[in-house]
Amino acid sequence: MNEASPVETTKPRTQTPLAITARGLVKTFGETRAVDGIDLDVPRGMIFAILGPNGAGKTTLMRMLATLSAPDAGTATVVGHDLVKEPHEVRSAIAMTGQFASLDEDLTGRENLILLARLWGFRGRQAKSRADALLSAFSLSDAAAKQVKDYSGGMRRRLDIAASLIVTPGVLFLDEPTTGLDPKARQDVWRMIRQLAGSGVTILLTTQYLEEADQLAARIAVIDKGRKIAEGTSRELKAATGSGFLHIALDDAARMEEAAQLLERRLDATAQTSVEGAELSVPVTTASAANEAIAALIAAGIDVSTFSMGQPSLDEVFFALTGQVTDAEDEKEAVS
Amino acid sequence: MNNPASLTLQNVERPKRPSAISNALVFGWRAVLKFKHVPEQLFDLIMTPLMFTLLFTFIFGGALAGSVGDYLQFFLPGILVQTVTFNAVYSGMGLSTDLSKGLFDRFRSLPIWPLAPFAGLMVGDVLRHLIAGLIILGVGLILGYRPEEGILGVVGAFLLLFAIGFGFGWIFLVLGLLIRTPMTVMTIGFTFIFPIVFASNIMVDPSTMPGWLQAFVEVNPISLMTTALRGLMNGGITLEQIGLALIAPVVLTVVLAPTTLWLYMRR
Repeated sequence: MNEASPVETTKPRTQTPLAITARGLVKTFGETRAVDGIDLDVPRGMIFAILGPNGAGKTTLMRMLATLSAPDAGTATVVGHDLVKEPHEVRSAIAMTGQFASLDEDLTGRENLILLARLWGFRGRQAKSRADALLSAFSLSDAAAKQVKDYSGGMRRRLDIAASLIVTPGVLFLDEPTTGLDPKARQDVWRMIRQLAGSGVTILLTTQYLEEADQLAARIAVIDKGRKIAEGTSRELKAATGSGFLHIALDDAARMEEAAQLLERRLDATAQTSVEGAELSVPVTTASAANEAIAALIAAGIDVSTFSMGQPSLDEVFFALTGQVTDAEDEKEAVS
Repeated sequence: MNNPASLTLQNVERPKRPSAISNALVFGWRAVLKFKHVPEQLFDLIMTPLMFTLLFTFIFGGALAGSVGDYLQFFLPGILVQTVTFNAVYSGMGLSTDLSKGLFDRFRSLPIWPLAPFAGLMVGDVLRHLIAGLIILGVGLILGYRPEEGILGVVGAFLLLFAIGFGFGWIFLVLGLLIRTPMTVMTIGFTFIFPIVFASNIMVDPSTMPGWLQAFVEVNPISLMTTALRGLMNGGITLEQIGLALIAPVVLTVVLAPTTLWLYMRR
């Protein structure tokens, strides 16, 4: 399987026409500004990720772009059509797979697809053959005659994505496409998303998994409390946080604080303690600086059990941008 | 390696845009499939009216109308009205279930006639009314009920029942749109329906009720519908009775159909 790292393919594509443009989108629910003035430019044919913790406004933003909820302020176009003035044209060009499988649980998988194919305008036999083609493409032929309520989480998700591809959409919205899936099902969905993007579909996905955005998306917008706090390629976001990180684990965890202070002094940067509290991460510019820092620790009598150098993870990026640890940490563990 | 994208995404262009009626029929088909996959729902629909028919006929019938046979003749058209109003609650529950599961988000993001899903629910309702109505009528016939106006009267009665169900249906669609939990829709629905069904002329002749209640029963839309249905099935129907029976369904539709659409598009 060719799982090329997206970082290699993320040259800025300023010349490509835009699939989505949004300017100053706002959505309020009572006192809460769920989306608080967001601008987006998504080039055609790209996988674009909206990354943020729970409650950041990702889903609200996506629902507005999919015409499910009207913006309170701001403008947006999707494949060249104004969201508010031409909702029908927008709907003709998009498909959305919501966070919760939007399928009729009482019907079979095949009936669900036939239903949607008929709504799109396929007639009789055409609708059936379209449904069968999608079922076989998504390895669901064996479950075609089963009611959706008897499907596993991964099967549901596959059917849900298949249901968004009755007619090839210009833009596919995927709201947290792998939340709640086991690692195998998650890999399957990732592979599908890559293949879809490879065939030219623009994909806007939301995720709270930093790893997912890193793996799939050519560009990432980081959203927090309804605002976009950063945007760029995965590499750019990492670069904005620092060129590299030194990760250190100690023999004696009680001396973490002391070690952190020493490292901060030596490297003139802020040290972070990992969520589990077992590891320190400090931005460094060069390997020799890292080397000297480790030497200084040992000289001070603090034993280092392991150390490594690397690019910052998106967790670290998110921490650097928002000053808070993401909720995604523990969920990541659950699926990895 | 199997490659979904290359298999399914070759030139799948959108076919010609289907008509609003075609959209609505697809949702009607969905309602029919629901009967196929969830036949249990018929049990819910039929048990209550069946129990009512048997209880009232055999236990209270003699006392209320002098004989079981006479009471059944009086009661059966009324129980059909009650069945249809109770059934209307279920489409509100169905809508609330669909909404809570995100199914309608998909429908709303499709380029279809926005009212088509509701038209589909209505098709389901008509089927429910027809099936439940025929079963109750069948049981009535076995127990000795005789529609004096014959087949034509029965057909007319069922058409009126569909109109009643259609009108009442809007109340529960609105509730379904407003309330997230299907069970609450049912509770509120029945809280509203029980008083107007009992304070009507379905079960008893209101002449023994206190004056203030009689005044209410006389203008209760359920009474007006029951009177028209009795006329259609048992004889003596007048145009005025049909007109009075249709007031509530027409008013409900005129007021609540736009409300339903507004609530649906606003979500």
